Amino acid sequence: MMSFSRTSSSAGILTFPPATQFYPGLRDYFPVALFSSSIRSMSSSMAAFSSSQGLPIRSSSHIAARSRRKAITIDTVNPYLRHADYAVRGQLAICAEELRERLKNGDTSLPFKEIINGNIGNPQAMDQKPITFFRQVLSLVQYPPLLEDEYADKIFPRDSIERARTLLNEIGSIGAYSHSQGVPYIRKSIAKFIEERDSFPADPKDIYLTGGASSAVSSLLTTICGGPETGVMIPVPQYPLYSATLTIANATPIPYLLDESTGWSTDINHIATVVKNAHVKGVDLKAMVVINPCNPTGSCLSREEVKGIITLAAENTFMIIADEVYQTNIYEGEFHSFKKLLRELQRDVPGKYDSVELASLHSTSKGVVGECGQRGGYVELVGIDELVLEQFYKLVSISLCPAVSGQVLTELMVNPPRPGDESYPLYKEEVDAVYKTLKERAFLLFNAFKEMEGVSCQEPMGAMYLFPTIRLPLKAMKEAQRRNEKPDQFYCLELLEKTGLCVVPGSGFGQKDSTFHFRTTCLAPGEEYVRRIIAFHTEFFKKYS
Amino acid sequence: MRSFSKTSSSATVLTSPLATPFYSPSQGYAPAVSLSSSSIRLVSSVAAAVSSSAGMPSPTHFNGTSSPGTVPFRRKAITLDTMNQHLRCADYAVRGRLAIRAEELRKQLSNGDMSLPFDEIVNANIANPQAMDQKPITFFRQVLSLVQYPQLMDNEFAAKIFPRDALERARILLNEIGSTGAYSQSQGVPYIRKSISKFIEARDGFSADPNAIYLAGGTSSAVSSLLTTICSGPETGVVIPVPHYPLYSAVLTIANASPIPYLLDETTDWGTDIKYIASVLEKSLSNGVDIKAMVVINPCNPTGSCLSRDEIKDIITLAAEYTFMIIADEVYQANIYRGEFHSFKKVLRELQRDFPGEFDDVELASLHSTSKGMVGECGQRGGYMELVGIDERVLEQLYKLVSISLCPAVSGQVLTELMVNPPKPGDESYTVYKAEYDEIYGALKDRAFSLFNAFKEMDGVSCQEPKGAMYLFPTISMPQKAIEEARRRNEEPDQFYCLGLLEKTGVCVVPGSGFGQKDGTYHFRATFLAPGDDHLRRIIAFHKKFLEKYS
Repeated sequence: MMSFSRTSSSAGILTFPPATQFYPGLRDYFPVALFSSSIRSMSSSMAAFSSSQGLPIRSSSHIAARSRRKAITIDTVNPYLRHADYAVRGQLAICAEELRERLKNGDTSLPFKEIINGNIGNPQAMDQKPITFFRQVLSLVQYPPLLEDEYADKIFPRDSIERARTLLNEIGSIGAYSHSQGVPYIRKSIAKFIEERDSFPADPKDIYLTGGASSAVSSLLTTICGGPETGVMIPVPQYPLYSATLTIANATPIPYLLDESTGWSTDINHIATVVKNAHVKGVDLKAMVVINPCNPTGSCLSREEVKGIITLAAENTFMIIADEVYQTNIYEGEFHSFKKLLRELQRDVPGKYDSVELASLHSTSKGVVGECGQRGGYVELVGIDELVLEQFYKLVSISLCPAVSGQVLTELMVNPPRPGDESYPLYKEEVDAVYKTLKERAFLLFNAFKEMEGVSCQEPMGAMYLFPTIRLPLKAMKEAQRRNEKPDQFYCLELLEKTGLCVVPGSGFGQKDSTFHFRTTCLAPGEEYVRRIIAFHTEFFKKYS
Repeated sequence: MRSFSKTSSSATVLTSPLATPFYSPSQGYAPAVSLSSSSIRLVSSVAAAVSSSAGMPSPTHFNGTSSPGTVPFRRKAITLDTMNQHLRCADYAVRGRLAIRAEELRKQLSNGDMSLPFDEIVNANIANPQAMDQKPITFFRQVLSLVQYPQLMDNEFAAKIFPRDALERARILLNEIGSTGAYSQSQGVPYIRKSISKFIEARDGFSADPNAIYLAGGTSSAVSSLLTTICSGPETGVVIPVPHYPLYSAVLTIANASPIPYLLDETTDWGTDIKYIASVLEKSLSNGVDIKAMVVINPCNPTGSCLSRDEIKDIITLAAEYTFMIIADEVYQANIYRGEFHSFKKVLRELQRDFPGEFDDVELASLHSTSKGMVGECGQRGGYMELVGIDERVLEQLYKLVSISLCPAVSGQVLTELMVNPPKPGDESYTVYKAEYDEIYGALKDRAFSLFNAFKEMDGVSCQEPKGAMYLFPTISMPQKAIEEARRRNEEPDQFYCLGLLEKTGVCVVPGSGFGQKDGTYHFRATFLAPGDDHLRRIIAFHKKFLEKYS
């Protein structure tokens, strides 16, 4: 079992298991059955329970119950949860918090003055400012007496006051539970946004507001996973939300590799082979996760790639889960939504695509909105069986509703000020500035990686991350082994301790065997830290070459 | 499998399964094994639990119906039969069939339909105070407004609009949080956890550790994380009260664990009989169930009763003796209309002080929320849980789980801070805060007793006097003819009654079967949040006619 211990100096924060490689065949990563050649082999659902490898099942007898000290121990907790990995807030993040605490307590022995959290896409924790119009409306709906205040029109533009009035009229109070699926008016706004984006109609009934995309993914996967025989294809590398949630749901993640040599592209032939292998092994392949633009690689799918995936889904009957939270973080090329291309295919090839099941996710945490802490977002579900939708609705209704303020922010994201509105010029200026900054920072970091020996990185296309490969010197690998750390983790820990920059090792996302990466956001301001990275890397290579 | 169908005229709202009695032994409610006649599932071993998969259709294509390599023809990947069967078996009646029908009627009314015998729908099915007429606490909303738009604080008119303490609090919070738009620590903003621990200390007279506190997006999400962490399969038993808020049974069903019901005793004001609970535990243990936790809702949803100090001591003693975690749902801790609230944490600390060694290992999770009390901010999704006595390595797993969803909404966290740290005497906002708080409390109490008095007037209805929470849970002595009519319509008698009540009065309540009730008894749960007494008169008139018709 991997170690998972609380660090002493940062008692409020708990550690994660060291980030482990997701993809290699022989890890005890998967909770239940044996894992070979990336697909679990299993003959029946009973086998899942009888071959309980790594599953400590206590024989619960009368005596045992009375003689134990704690009812819940590491051996009796949910074993699926125990096996789940989530590296984004893992060991590196914990060490970073410790270092931050030391800095705060006046420790001057460290070779840097600040910690930079490149491990998580959290723009407003850097220097990104919220969009003024959005916050004005949020402020007004939180305190409606402001609308009647004699100074209101001296403080707020007319359109934010008007929008707040409209929303309050629809919502009542932001402190009341909304419909579990989300405020009907906001769902209509989202449908209009999708129509404008795709030029195909969207139905407000298909839209479910959620508390961030993570909660949408969790509800979705909880609904579709029927046990260890359920397979869900996920990209490698991938944002570990997916593998973690699947592990907790006791389903089988089926990895498909993104191809680094072609800009992390999606090779349809490779995926077709993965699908075929899964079927041969008797896996019930229910869904495929696609992250576009991609977290962590920053790549974007072409029209052809999207169409190819939809065709595979139509031919093999699996649901597509399109994580499109970075849809406005496009620095090169164009974003093609799965929904739009599905509708095009349905129009152009009548019949073949009618049954395709698609869930597309969007969020207020990313894009130029960057409001992570507000927990807004939605999922659009098309082609899903009505009876299944009812079950999904039941699940979300158990948690009553997503935070109404997050729903309001979602409305503002999809229905921002338009040309001619009083707030439009400022809105446009802010959006452009955020976009420009994100793009500049992405290229600044990219150019730094280009300078570094033994590092290669795809040019930024989308999302908020870069995912460079490091060709680690043999001596560094040996040193890592000596320290009982994965090579990429060793590199990232050294980077953190020398520069204060916290990134996530590639093993937290999955990577091809014997390749080493790390993911860093490109949100941090300034060039100083970039110079520190270059200096660190040069020394690291000098030391271990 | 019971029906779960979308209603045609209200396409945006989906139905829940017909509310079915939770307690009745003949139901196929429990996902994996059958309920024994004494309401406790017999689980002799893990293997038995898995092999006797009653009501769990297993995927057929694994039984050799498809040849390897070929894709079995199917139109959809996800169908009712291939989806998560544990979810399929879960019941959640609060937003169920009655609520759907109420939405339809509301639509009819708003479309100008004059044929209905009422002109408003009263949603007494869900405690959503601000959807009634409850106003938010001004100070809370001022601070929330300021943290959402920090430029307001620097505005030249700010001092004319906001009291000094609201401005000051917003400044402190923004200084701690940075932006409400940034992810916080997964466990919650450290400053807010410190405030919560101070609140608990002031409440209990015992110290509380900010590291033991986890902010959550409402209690529902805390319960879900907690039960996901502790449930390890059908052999896990979690003792839950009957009647109970169906969140617990639903989440346990989805987690594939075994809910072990214990009946609250209506004859003693829905009291908790400790000898009886011990017998439930003994029976479960002898059946091989691994009892990991017991859920206690105090003040109780749906019964409105409050536990005495002795009852709490007894439950803690049982927990120490049998080694199970206590999950104390204390979200109604400020909704006390008679008597006093005793927190499990306080009573546990007293026992630990008075009986050294005996209670040291007791595992306790206590839950609180911004949705209830005088705050009533359901839509803001704030709340927290305090975890004491939990194994460190288990806490790490729970932390991992909550970190996967990154953090609860920061605005909800801010509201939690405001709830636990409201204006104090001497603060500029205190007078308004106190007046608002007292007014809400007074209104809730008045309405509780108005509804209670209405029930007292009704033949064949009996109801405990309101003590706490936001609900009344009256029993109806159902006339035999009404029971027969219900059966003829294939409805549970209590549901039949509640549907009739809705159609005739516009008042939407939840049938007792949605919470579980003793066999052969019929109840409904009604919130007492609605203002006025028009709807009360309609209820009384309906009941009278109902009895006339079916007697």
